[in-house]
Amino acid sequence: MKQTTPQEDFLRGIWRENPVLIQMLGLCPTLAVTNTVANGIAMAAATFFVLLGSSFLVSLVKRLVPNEVRISSYILIIATFVTIADLSLEAIVPEIHKALGAFIPLIVVNCIILGRQEAFSANTSVGRSVLDAIGTGIGFTIALLMMSGVREILGMGTFLGFSIMGPHYEPWVIMILPPGGFLTLGFWLLGIAWYQQRKARKSAAQKGATVAVAERAA
Amino acid sequence: MGNLFWILISAMVVNNFTLAYFLGLCPFFGVSGRVSTAVRMGMANIFVLTLTSICAWALNTFVLPYAPYLRLIAFIVVIASLVQIVEMVIKKVSPVLFRQLGIFLPLITTNCAILGLAIFQTNRGYGLLEGIFFALGAGLGLTLALVLMASIREDSELADIPRLARGTALSLIIAGSLSLAFMGFAGLFSAVS
Repeated sequence: MKQTTPQEDFLRGIWRENPVLIQMLGLCPTLAVTNTVANGIAMAAATFFVLLGSSFLVSLVKRLVPNEVRISSYILIIATFVTIADLSLEAIVPEIHKALGAFIPLIVVNCIILGRQEAFSANTSVGRSVLDAIGTGIGFTIALLMMSGVREILGMGTFLGFSIMGPHYEPWVIMILPPGGFLTLGFWLLGIAWYQQRKARKSAAQKGATVAVAERAA
Repeated sequence: MGNLFWILISAMVVNNFTLAYFLGLCPFFGVSGRVSTAVRMGMANIFVLTLTSICAWALNTFVLPYAPYLRLIAFIVVIASLVQIVEMVIKKVSPVLFRQLGIFLPLITTNCAILGLAIFQTNRGYGLLEGIFFALGAGLGLTLALVLMASIREDSELADIPRLARGTALSLIIAGSLSLAFMGFAGLFSAVS
């Protein structure tokens, strides 16, 4: 594995290797619970907590777990943290817990979490695993906010319950229904691909220009 | 009997697992490149979903009343070991079937549709028979969505699509349109009742 600095561990997950938008992991919660910003934030917070807790614990016990049963052990650790998150949310914010329904227990099978344990926490120190988990968690939160922001503004004309589009806005109801989730993510991905293509073209053009200048100088 | 039939239809088209609940999206985007693969993946899903439903019912009836907080952990452990056992049994009993379904079985363990089915079934308080019909409906629905997606993607390979949109973005937009079409089935219930 390539050696990385702690800053890279932290920053990588936020944008360059964003779990949802670049790696396409954890699509199920990204599409299912982002119909309002409040639901998106609750989901992101729960996933963040589970990711942080399991990254910490997995890197702590990595020497004690035999290689053959490592995946099962990770899933058990993750399921324990998800149970904690599930029961806590039910106690603290019962309405949101009800709105998210079965999708809180389903954090167990969110591939972002298992992926980070298998790819990172299982063979790195506790400190760096926690940094990596925080970075990935922030990246996931950003993706959920991008999704739920667009869907709530277009679908209900509000943001976190505050009216944005004014009283005469005709809500675009389809955006808060299931098809809206697929379409919003599809268009975000198109936008990101366009941005990356433009950046690549620009840097290629710049490189070409530098080469030309160097040739003229020679 | 009518009730069981409606559970099946509801899970299959009206509340399709993939297109309405977003469960099992990884195989939906991952193995929907060819219709033949999609069909086999769907079959493997129906099989595992039905077994899971029976296991979830047994756990809910005999074990979990004594320790409700262990629900999630018990489900995930039982499902993971079940798939392992099924894989071993099929390999031993029917090598032909194993070659057909083999590679898909381990993939299914981490598929959220399986755990989702167990949780939904528990939340709705389904009994054994209702659970089995629910699982069959969900499995058929997944297969239907997979096959539809695969056929559209096979065709779209020949279409002239901007390079930017190829890949996941296009798949998501196709899925969005499919989901939109499936919403029409919601009318089935209001028409009957």
